[in-house]
Amino acid sequence: MISLSELPSNMLREAQAQVLITPAVSPTANLQIKQPRYMTDRTYFEDLAPDQEFDLGAVDVSKDDIIEFASEFDPQSFHMSEEAGKASILGGLAASGWHTASLIMRLLATNLFNKSTGRGSPGVSRLKWKHPVFPGDTLSATAKILEMKDLRSKPQLGMVFIRVRATNQDDVEVIEWDNPVLFERREPAR
Amino acid sequence: MIAFFEDVVVGEILELGTYTFKTDEIIRFAEKFDPQPFHLSEDGAAKTHFGRLCASGWHTASIFMKLFVARLKSMQDEALAEDIAVARIGPSPGFEDLKWIKPVFAGDTLRYTRTVTGKTESRSRPEWGLVHSDMRAFNQDGLLAFSFKATVFVERRPR
Repeated sequence: MISLSELPSNMLREAQAQVLITPAVSPTANLQIKQPRYMTDRTYFEDLAPDQEFDLGAVDVSKDDIIEFASEFDPQSFHMSEEAGKASILGGLAASGWHTASLIMRLLATNLFNKSTGRGSPGVSRLKWKHPVFPGDTLSATAKILEMKDLRSKPQLGMVFIRVRATNQDDVEVIEWDNPVLFERREPAR
Repeated sequence: MIAFFEDVVVGEILELGTYTFKTDEIIRFAEKFDPQPFHLSEDGAAKTHFGRLCASGWHTASIFMKLFVARLKSMQDEALAEDIAVARIGPSPGFEDLKWIKPVFAGDTLRYTRTVTGKTESRSRPEWGLVHSDMRAFNQDGLLAFSFKATVFVERRPR
């Protein structure tokens, strides 16, 4: 008897396709196999492709927001007061870099991950804070797919490498990061 | 960390302190910044691969900054009390290799550390140098849960 892994991949696909067309003995059993984990209108790994770009929308940043975040997580003077900000290299009261990243994360979560089968991320390969974020700024973000990879150890998931960028109202880039993200697949990788 | 660039010792390890992630804080951060189901409620998280409520990775990172700034301030205060000159620390241009290695579940306690890994002179800003560090956080089982490679501008000794 020949094992499935010894078959050429095109034969294997053909064999599996036939299995899917063949009426199942138990229709419910078949349904269970085919039923996706999440709602069908979500974006799966298979719906994504390199160079696709997603508009993540925009967020306004207020002085109160900046000071509130800084008070809790990054109470350096240039994130807390106008005077200290002006005296610093930043040139004015400016948001904590972690605040900027978190604000863009909100756009990513709301406008991409929660509409897809995104399953979280193992990290950020590089992040650059390119320009200070000041009170009254409006940040617009995009996510672009750089690369996609199958995962041998987890055939039901795929890894999608995205580049996240945000610009302010003057079209000046304020933050950029590269981030591998896991997505569920409709069908396990072969 | 309060030392001038010339006096920063490569290999030095600094303990930044510990932090326990409480359920309500995890949810409050996620509602504002990372509203994915596994960060918003125990019930929602139970239906996902995480199985339990866990903190946003940006929350884990923001707590690093909270502890780092607090440690910096206490060291600055001690130095000032003894009339020792303190180096200014400039903004960070960014970081590399940030890894969320283990989920941080509600109730977990992380211990954060900073290890100096190298120094480079700044060509564009002669009064500053760049200090490179590995930032790490270990959970209550001693397992590495979070790490990244940071770079920050540190003032040079006045000449």
